[in-house]
Amino acid sequence: MSERAFYIDYSRCIGCQSCVQACAECDTHRGVSLIHLETIQRRESVQTAPQVCMHCEDPICARVCPADAIKKTPDGVVQSSLKPRCIGCSNCVLACPFGVPRYQVEIDQMMKCDYCYDRTSVDKKPMCATVCPSGALTFATAEEIQRSRRGIAINSWKFGNEVVKTKVFVIVPREVERVNVELVQISPTPSALSDDPYDVALMLESVE
Amino acid sequence: MDGLKPINLSPRGSDTAHSLAWGLIAAAALIVGIVVGSRGLKDFDPALISYAGATVFSAFGLGYRYAMWLRRPPTRLYWFRGWQIFLIPKRLPGNIARLVRIFWNNVVLQRFIERRSKTRWTAHWFLAWGCLIAAAVTFPLSFGWIRFETAADNQQIYRAFVFGIHVASFPLDSIMAPLAFNILDICAVMVLIGVFVAMWRRGRDRGAMSVQQFSNDLLPLVLLFAISVTGLFLTASTHLMRGLYYVFLSQLHAVTVIFTLLYLPFGKFFHIFQRPAQLGIDFYKRAGEEGGQAQCIRCGQPFATQLQIGDLKAVQSALCIQYAMRDGTHYQDVCPACRRKNLALTQDALWRTPEAELQRFDRF
Repeated sequence: MSERAFYIDYSRCIGCQSCVQACAECDTHRGVSLIHLETIQRRESVQTAPQVCMHCEDPICARVCPADAIKKTPDGVVQSSLKPRCIGCSNCVLACPFGVPRYQVEIDQMMKCDYCYDRTSVDKKPMCATVCPSGALTFATAEEIQRSRRGIAINSWKFGNEVVKTKVFVIVPREVERVNVELVQISPTPSALSDDPYDVALMLESVE
Repeated sequence: MDGLKPINLSPRGSDTAHSLAWGLIAAAALIVGIVVGSRGLKDFDPALISYAGATVFSAFGLGYRYAMWLRRPPTRLYWFRGWQIFLIPKRLPGNIARLVRIFWNNVVLQRFIERRSKTRWTAHWFLAWGCLIAAAVTFPLSFGWIRFETAADNQQIYRAFVFGIHVASFPLDSIMAPLAFNILDICAVMVLIGVFVAMWRRGRDRGAMSVQQFSNDLLPLVLLFAISVTGLFLTASTHLMRGLYYVFLSQLHAVTVIFTLLYLPFGKFFHIFQRPAQLGIDFYKRAGEEGGQAQCIRCGQPFATQLQIGDLKAVQSALCIQYAMRDGTHYQDVCPACRRKNLALTQDALWRTPEAELQRFDRF
């Protein structure tokens, strides 16, 4: 059996928010949920997408950090910013290709998913993967993934000409070797655009 | 923000040679400062030469590391941009007033740490001010910049000199005397309070326990504890034990201080010198907010200042991060929320091949 790794499969997400709640239970950032859960196009679709830190091999967040505050552990986990060093500039927030780091205004510091290091360093599952009911977030061995999924797990991405390798894997069809990220625009269907100010989806969008 | 000159993020020459030169300049400047400040070593106390020597080495290390740090493109950009913005003539008076205010809040009171946790703030405030006050006393003493002596005509009067100039006198039975003689003991107690609170937190906080490292998080506390305790031993030996083992204890104290001075440029304490960059970021952010906002090319919403996005692209270019997209757009112009949505849509599109759509149709 190989070591367990983190797998993300956006298409399985049902938007239940369990991961959002569980994330706040992580001991390294107690009370603060750092996972992102996006609603793609609320008025037209129920599609949602969770986003954890992908823990890049050569993290762009660390490269653009002026304070040298983002470090990797020997086992490849990109940690949250070092508290004594982070100067709250938000370079990492803006440069991360996956849109992961968050700038916490009240403490003037960047925080991000750190792979639940208090748990994964002792071979426990991260909080989000522990509670995810649909398998969109999974912490498992490669064999378990092979056995239970249609696609394959890859960890190579391309943003423009920038190739990024990550510790976290994504599930894709078997013929795909690398995820080439292009901008995907989805235009709203005119019939879905309600003028009703009490339209629930519209109200939720304004809250977001 | 208009009118800011572009910054060269890829300076010529070897980083190591450049940093070595700055390290040597810092060490040489300190040696000159010691010689001049002690009036040609007239006020220099030879008993403190080991402290002064270690500080010179420390100055070299700090100069080297700081210069190396400023060679990194993002650091270099914020350093020069921060000064450019701060020194704009029409903004300067307001900037100075703001600097005083944020210095008071962020450095003196350290409010941003208080908002992280009261325990962390308590530990840090006592540690920081215990160390800073002690440094303000001991460095000038070991350099021969300040000295004390009894008045020639009255043994009950103590006189203080700075750079050889008489600045203050106080009688031995005044409140100033015990304060002046015991200031380092007071600092040691402050540091010890900080060390105990920090160790208590590090021993109970499971999050801290999972990521802390001995060399980076615990060794500094051990060193500060050793300095404080051996310093207090000297007072105890003098006042409570009639000077018993004083020579040995003073050497032990010197070893702990010298080791810490040598560790200063390379370990956690370097953040003391990095941290003021936070003040520069404040000016940078304010200047950016007064300028235009960058709008996401996917959702059209403003998500950052144009100043920062422009600068970030320059940094990425210097770091060979290639975010230019095939369609001529730039990935840096996509807001973080749209990036996350885009990833899910991209993965979704990978599954939507014509064959997959046919298969789906066949099921019905």
